[in-house]
Amino acid sequence: MIYLQLFLAFLKVGLFSIGGGYAAIPVIQSQAVDRYAWIGLDEFTDLVSIAEITPGPITINAATFIGIKIAGIAGALIATAGFLIPSLIIVSIMFAIYNKIGKLKASQTVLSYIRPVVVALIASAGLTILINVIFGGGEINAHAVDWICAAIVAAAFVMIRLFKMNPIAVMASCGGVYTVLGLLLKL
Amino acid sequence: MSKGKKILLIFLNMLLISSVTFGGGFVIASFIKKRFSDKLNLLEEDEMLDFIAIAQSCPGAIAVNTAVMAGYRIAGAPGMIAAAAGTVIPPVVILATVSLLYSHFADNRIVSLFLKGMQAGVCAVIFDVTVTLAGKVAKTKSAFRIVIMAAAFIAVFVFKVNVIAVIAASLAIGVAAALIEKKKEGKKV
Repeated sequence: MIYLQLFLAFLKVGLFSIGGGYAAIPVIQSQAVDRYAWIGLDEFTDLVSIAEITPGPITINAATFIGIKIAGIAGALIATAGFLIPSLIIVSIMFAIYNKIGKLKASQTVLSYIRPVVVALIASAGLTILINVIFGGGEINAHAVDWICAAIVAAAFVMIRLFKMNPIAVMASCGGVYTVLGLLLKL
Repeated sequence: MSKGKKILLIFLNMLLISSVTFGGGFVIASFIKKRFSDKLNLLEEDEMLDFIAIAQSCPGAIAVNTAVMAGYRIAGAPGMIAAAAGTVIPPVVILATVSLLYSHFADNRIVSLFLKGMQAGVCAVIFDVTVTLAGKVAKTKSAFRIVIMAAAFIAVFVFKVNVIAVIAASLAIGVAAALIEKKKEGKKV
C-alpha cells in the first residue's frame, strides 16, 4: 500500500513539475509534507540542501530521499520510477512529433526563432551560478568578491575554450585547486 | 560505429556526466552538448538546442528529458533507455549514500570548498558553450534573431520571467514568421 502511495505521489510530481527542479519543489512539498506527512518541514529543508550539494536532478534526489525514508531501497526505486514515467511518455510523444515535422521548412523557420532563446537561457543559468559563486550567494557587492573563484573561472574558461581540455577534468581540477587554496589561506 | 557501441557510449557518458554535474538542467545539457555534439559528433548542434527547448517545456527533470532525446536520436529506443538509466543511476546511488551520512557531509569544510571550486568550473563550461552558440546566432546576421536572444536573456535574467513563457513567446514569433514566409512564397507563384 505504501509502495502504491509513493508511486502515485511521485507520478503526480512527475506530471506537474514543468520547468525543472525549482518548479518541482512546491509540488513535492505538497505531496510529501502536507498531504502524506512522510517528512517534516525541517527534513524537507535538509532535503533541498542535500539536493544542492549532490549531483543530479533535484526531483530524482527528492524521490530517492523520501522513498528510502518511507520504504527503504525499494521505496526509493518505486518513487523514482513514478516520477520518471510521465515525463518519459510525454517527452517520447514530443520527440516523435519533432521527428515527424521538425525537418519541414516551416518547422525549421519556427525553430530558428526558438534556438536563440535557448542560448539566452543557458547564458542566464551560467551567469546566475557565477554570481552565486563570486559573491558568496548574496547580492552583487563590490566589497565581497571572491577573487580566487573569479580567477579559477577565468583560468578554467581558457583551458576549455583555447586548449580544448576535457570539461569534466577541468571542473574536478577547479574543485581541487579551490580546496587546497581554501585550506592554505583559511577562506 | 556499431549500434551496440553507441548504446554503451551513451550509457557510460551519461553515467559520468550525471555523476559530476551539479546545478540543474542547463548545466547537464551543456555537458551533453560538449560531449555528444562537439567531441563525439553524434548529434547536430541545432538538434541539441531543439532538444533543450522541448525538455524545458515538458514535465519532469530537464536533465533526464534532454538526455533521453539525445539517446533516442543517436541509437533509437535502446539509446533512450541507456540515456535514462545512465542519468538516473548516479543521483539515486549518491543520494541514498549521502542521506545516511548527511550530518557529516554538510558541515565538512573540505566538501564545501571542493563543491564551490567545482561550481566555478561549471561556470566556465557554460560560458564556453554560450560563446560558441551565441557566436552561431550572431553569424546568421539576422538582426531580429539577435534581438530575440538579447530580449530573452534580459527577460529571464533581469526580470525573472518564467522560462516556459519565454519559450512560448518565441514559438509564437516563429510561427508568425513561418506564416509570413509562406504567404510571400505564395505570392511569387
